[in-house]
Amino acid sequence: MSLQKFPNLYPAKQKPMETEKNHSRPVEESDVKDNSRRDFLKKSALITAAALTPVAAAKAAELHLDERIAGVFEKMPLNVEINGVAHNLMVEPRSTLLDILREQLDLTGTKKGCDLGQCGACTVHVDGHRVNSCLTLGIMVNGKKVTTIEGLAKGNQLHPMQEAFLKHDGFQCGYCTPGQIMSAVACVREGHANSELEIREYMSGNICRCGAYPNIVNAIQEVKEGGLAI
Amino acid sequence: MKQFQYQRASTQQGVLETIAKPGTKIIAGGTNLVDHMKHGIIAPDKLVDINHLPLKGITPTKTGLHLGTLALNSVVSEDALVLQKQPLLSMALKAGASPQLRNMATVGGNMMQRTRCTYFYDTTMPCNKREPGTGCGALEGYNRMHAIFGASAQCIAVHPSDMCVALAALDATVIVVGKKGQRRIPFTEFHRLPDDHPELDNHLAKDEMIIGVDIPDNNFAKNSYYLKVRDRQSYAFALVSVAAALDLSGTTIRKVRLAMGGVAHKPWRLFEAEKFMEGKPVSEDTFKQAAQIAMQGAKAYEYNAFKLKLAPASIVEALKHASGLV
Repeated sequence: MSLQKFPNLYPAKQKPMETEKNHSRPVEESDVKDNSRRDFLKKSALITAAALTPVAAAKAAELHLDERIAGVFEKMPLNVEINGVAHNLMVEPRSTLLDILREQLDLTGTKKGCDLGQCGACTVHVDGHRVNSCLTLGIMVNGKKVTTIEGLAKGNQLHPMQEAFLKHDGFQCGYCTPGQIMSAVACVREGHANSELEIREYMSGNICRCGAYPNIVNAIQEVKEGGLAI
Repeated sequence: MKQFQYQRASTQQGVLETIAKPGTKIIAGGTNLVDHMKHGIIAPDKLVDINHLPLKGITPTKTGLHLGTLALNSVVSEDALVLQKQPLLSMALKAGASPQLRNMATVGGNMMQRTRCTYFYDTTMPCNKREPGTGCGALEGYNRMHAIFGASAQCIAVHPSDMCVALAALDATVIVVGKKGQRRIPFTEFHRLPDDHPELDNHLAKDEMIIGVDIPDNNFAKNSYYLKVRDRQSYAFALVSVAAALDLSGTTIRKVRLAMGGVAHKPWRLFEAEKFMEGKPVSEDTFKQAAQIAMQGAKAYEYNAFKLKLAPASIVEALKHASGLV
């Protein structure tokens, strides 16, 4: 299946300052004041910046980022391995792992459902353990290994759990499916797939609005009984 | 979510120096904190990430078991020592949240989690816990999930934790550290009742952090049970939960520990019922009388009167399971 690319809503080279300047209106006194305020902000931000991260500071000054400078400095480096690929990113501390995956890396297989840790659609593995990526601040997975749904298949060969979900019709609309599959793989690996009851309990963090639960359980049971190391 | 500064703490001292400043919060698992920040319930200026401190261990001590504050809920629930010595704690942890959340949530974070009262979460509603002085939306509102013990006119919210109910029953002690050094707080006195200050969930000072929990050894392992009654079988907060632990000599109750969740602003230990049961025979009759004692002083609101029946029935059921009557 080819990965469909969605339009990037947050282009990296957005220039909000220029947009602002495009509004043509007469020059007012407030603009003059604004300018001096800007100047002050620029200077003071630079002083702070130089104390914190000189390289980034200099770079930001070069780019004439003005009061956007604060935002630039609030970004922090994030070194993380995702699906076997090392990434060196700059992220805002408030960006969740889910948003970084989807918006910065175009790994849109991981879904945003409730965005509040209630539905499990955003489930990924961090250092082999399943977590809700919507409640994980990206900056906190620094130095870790993340696996998303895109990292399960080997080339064109689907992961056994993906095959089993297809075979057993473990979905209808499919929106919860990446999270279900990530959780299902973890459920088997953890040793929590020994009975229907146990599977249901250990899959309870993944909600399926279509109600494909019986088929999901069947898929997991088949993989478990297949005994493959997954 | 409002932008904030993020700091990775490498020493306990570093944390203590930072957290006293206004607008600063500790982050560990983040499962509740990030949720609050998304809802706009709080907007810290700075988060101090304590995940790199060496506080993850689960270690035996001379008198019991020590849980580091950063031990994950999933790890504690499956730890061999916990399963052997304190199976009640494992049962309670497994009854809470989802496997994904338990892989993130920590011991200390579980204790610091806040109520799931819908009026607390809905920032358009009055809530004395979120915004002191605005009133309590739940008091005259849809209060089905709310307290029947220890509530005040300012707040009728309940503490949502399962783990804490077990730890309250197991006579655990919370170890906290501040600039003046360590302090040990009995688990039952860590959380507080709302009174006139529902904005305060517990007695941890602003400049202190939790570093762990001690659980003393006991003879409850064979006869423990955690019963959680909820709207669906899994992944829901308790309507009522009961932690029951018995130390039996034949069919006589030598010692008993009982605590309830979903009924009060803190894990609700049933001291009077325990006292009544000690020395009595294991029987449904004993359990029913104990449940009646436990319910003294209970007060329901418009939509949670069902808890007045559900709670005593749950106490009896949990005790029956713990003692092997069912």
